[in-house]
Amino acid sequence: MYSYKRNEMPIVEVRGVNKVYQQGDIRIFALKDVDITFDSGSFAAIAGPSGSGKTTLLNIVGGLDLPDTGEVIVDGRNFGEMSQGQLAQLRLNRIGFVFQSYNLIPVLSALENVEYVMLLQGVGKSERRERAMAMLEEVGLGDKYNNRPAELSGGQQQRVAVARSIVSDPAIVLADEPTANLDSKTGEGLLRIMAGMNEKRKVTFIFSTHDTMVMDYAHRLVNLRDGRVADDQIK
Amino acid sequence: MPMAHSHVRPKITLDMKMAWRNVWRNPRRTWLTVSAICFACVVLIFMLSFQFGSYETMINSSIKINTGHLQVLARGYFDEKSIRKVVENPDPVKELIAGMDLVEAVTVRANAFSLVSSQKRTYGAMVVGVDPVLEPRVSRLKELIRSGEFLPDTPESGGPDAEPDPALVGALLARNLKVRVGDELTVLGQGRDGSVAAAILTVCGIYESGMDEFDRNTLHIPIKTFQSVYSMGPAVHEIIVNVNSLTDVPAVKKNIINRVNHLPAGEGLVVMDWDELVPGLTQSIRIDLVMGMIFWLLLVIVVAFSILNTFLMAVFERTREFGVMMAIGTTPQRLVKLLLYESGLMTVVGVCMGIVIGCGVTWVFQVYGIDMSGSSEILEQYGMSGRIYPRLSPVTALAGPLLVWIITLAVALYPALKIKGMKPVEAMTHI
Ligand SMILES: Nc1ncnc2c1ncn2[C@@H]1O[C@H](COP(=O)(O)OP(=O)(O)O)[C@@H](O)[C@H]1O
Ligand SMILES: [Mg+2]
Repeated sequence: MYSYKRNEMPIVEVRGVNKVYQQGDIRIFALKDVDITFDSGSFAAIAGPSGSGKTTLLNIVGGLDLPDTGEVIVDGRNFGEMSQGQLAQLRLNRIGFVFQSYNLIPVLSALENVEYVMLLQGVGKSERRERAMAMLEEVGLGDKYNNRPAELSGGQQQRVAVARSIVSDPAIVLADEPTANLDSKTGEGLLRIMAGMNEKRKVTFIFSTHDTMVMDYAHRLVNLRDGRVADDQIK
Repeated sequence: MPMAHSHVRPKITLDMKMAWRNVWRNPRRTWLTVSAICFACVVLIFMLSFQFGSYETMINSSIKINTGHLQVLARGYFDEKSIRKVVENPDPVKELIAGMDLVEAVTVRANAFSLVSSQKRTYGAMVVGVDPVLEPRVSRLKELIRSGEFLPDTPESGGPDAEPDPALVGALLARNLKVRVGDELTVLGQGRDGSVAAAILTVCGIYESGMDEFDRNTLHIPIKTFQSVYSMGPAVHEIIVNVNSLTDVPAVKKNIINRVNHLPAGEGLVVMDWDELVPGLTQSIRIDLVMGMIFWLLLVIVVAFSILNTFLMAVFERTREFGVMMAIGTTPQRLVKLLLYESGLMTVVGVCMGIVIGCGVTWVFQVYGIDMSGSSEILEQYGMSGRIYPRLSPVTALAGPLLVWIITLAVALYPALKIKGMKPVEAMTHI
C-alpha cells in the first residue's frame, strides 16, 4: 500500500509546465513556466482571478489535460510516459475530483453516485454499499441517500461530490472552485468537511478558489496571475 | 430488484439501471423515437405480408386459369406450339401421375390456333380442348362462366343430325364476334395430319377471367370434339397436374421426371412447372419485390434519420455529464456500452410493439381481405382484381423488424462513437 512520510516526497510535482491555447489568431498562455510541488497531506488553495489558469493547472495535475512542455508527476507516476488508458486508470484509483457544478450523475441517487467510483474499481456490492453509506453519513447526508441530485440543494450536491471523491481512497483530491456556486455559509460548511477529511485521513486536497474565506482555511496559498505562480505562502 | 447473481457481475446491473433511467429522462422524446421504430415495423410487416399475399393470389390465379402447377408435354411443344408435337398416348401417363403422392388432380388439354367465325366476323383464336369432367378440378374455368353453362359432362358427338358440339367462348372474343349463348360458330384450322379441320359449334357458355389476353383469345371445347376435329386420335398436347400446394411442386416434379421416363408412353416427354410456363409472372413478382424493397429502404432511411436526430440530441445535451463521468474514471468503452444499452432498450420496446401491432393489423386484413377492384391493369392481367388477402408468416412478420433493428443499432453507434472520441475536458466545457 501507499504510505508516505510527510514532507519527504511530494505527491504532486509540476516542473516547467507551459500550456498554450490557440484561439483563432490569438495564442493564450494559460500556464507559463509553472514549477510547483505539493506534499502529501497538504491542504492547499490555488487562488487567482478568473482566467489566471487555475482550472488549467488542476486539469493538468489531474491528468485530464496534458501540458505542452514540462513534466507532471503524481503519486510517483510521470504522466508523460503514460497512455490515455493508464491515465484514466490512475484518475480512477488515485485522484478524486470535485468540480464547480454538474458533478453528479443525474439518474443515480446520492448513494449510487458515491458507489459509482467503487463500482468502476470493481469493489463488491455489499462493501460498496457500506462504504458509500458511511461516507454519506460523514458528510451529513445519511438521510438523503436515496435522493437524486435534482432533489438535493447545491450545497448537498457538492457534499455528495466530496464524498464520492474521497470514498475510493485517493492520494489526492482536486477541487476546482467547489464553493463558487454556494452561498458563503454553505461554502464554509463544505470547506469544514474537506478540512476534516484532510485532518482525519491525511488525504491531499488541492482546491482552487477566489473566495477569501476559502483561502483562510488553506494551509498553503498559491497565487496565480496570468498563468504564472505569483506568490506561494505556507501558513 | 437485486438478482441472485448480482454479486458476480454487479456492473451489468447498474449500467442497465442507468440506461433504463436515462431512457425515461425525456419520456416524450423516448415515446417519439419508440413510435417511429414501431411505425416502421408495422408498415414493413403489413407491406411484406400484402406483397406475399398478392403474389400468392397472382400465382394461384394464373395457375388456376392457365397453366396448372405442372405440365407434361412433348419435347419442343412449349416453344413451337406445333400441333404435331403431341403426347401420343396420354392415358398411362395420366394414371401414373394421378396415383402419386401430393397430386390433387390431373387432366389433359389440346390446343390449336384456328380461325373462328360468327355470321358477322372472323377472328383468330386458340381453340383449347378440355375434359369437361376433370377440367373443373384443375382450373377455375367453370367458375368463370358469366352466362350460359359449362361444357356438358358427356357430349354426344358424331351423328349427322346431331346438334353441333358445344363451345365456351371468352367474353372479349364473344363481344368481338358478336355472339351470345346459343349462337353458332365455325372453326377452321389445320388438323394434326395437315388436313383441313373444320367444325360448327354452338356457344354454350361465356367466361370472363379478368385477364384480357385469356378472355380475348381463347375458346374451349370438349377434348373429344377437339380430337376428332383436329384428327388427333387419342393424343393431347398437355397433361396438367395440380398438387396440394405451391411448395410441393418441386418434389412432385422430380417424382414425375423420375417415373414417367420408365413408361413406354413417356418417351420424349418433358415436365415443366408453372414458373417455367409463365416466365412473365415471376418476373413481375421480382420487379414488384424490388420496387417494394426500394420503398422499404426509403422508409427505413427516413425513420433512421429521425432516430439519429433524437439520439444525437439526447447525447449532446448530456456531453458535460459524460465529461464528468470520464474524468472520474469511466472508460469511453463503458460510455459507449451505456449509450448502446439506452438505444437498445428503445429499439427493443419499439420493435416488440411494432411486431405485435403489425401482426394484429395484418391479421385483421388477412381475415377480411382488401378490395382491389379497380387496381392497375398489370395486376388484373394476373387475376388480381378481387380481394387480396395479406399473408402473415414468420418471414413477413420478422424481416422488416429485423431490418429496422439493424439500422437503428447502426444509427445509435454514430453518436456513441462521437462521444467516445471526446476528451473529458472538451466534454466538460461543452455547453
Ligand atoms: N479550451 C480552451 N481554449 C482556449 N482558451 C482556453 C481554453 N481553456 C482555457 N482557456 C484560456 O486559458 C486561460 C486560463 O483559463 P482557466 O485555466 O480556465 O482560468 P481560471 O480557471 O483561473 O479561470 C484563460 O484565458 C482562458 O480563456
Ligand atoms: Mg476555472
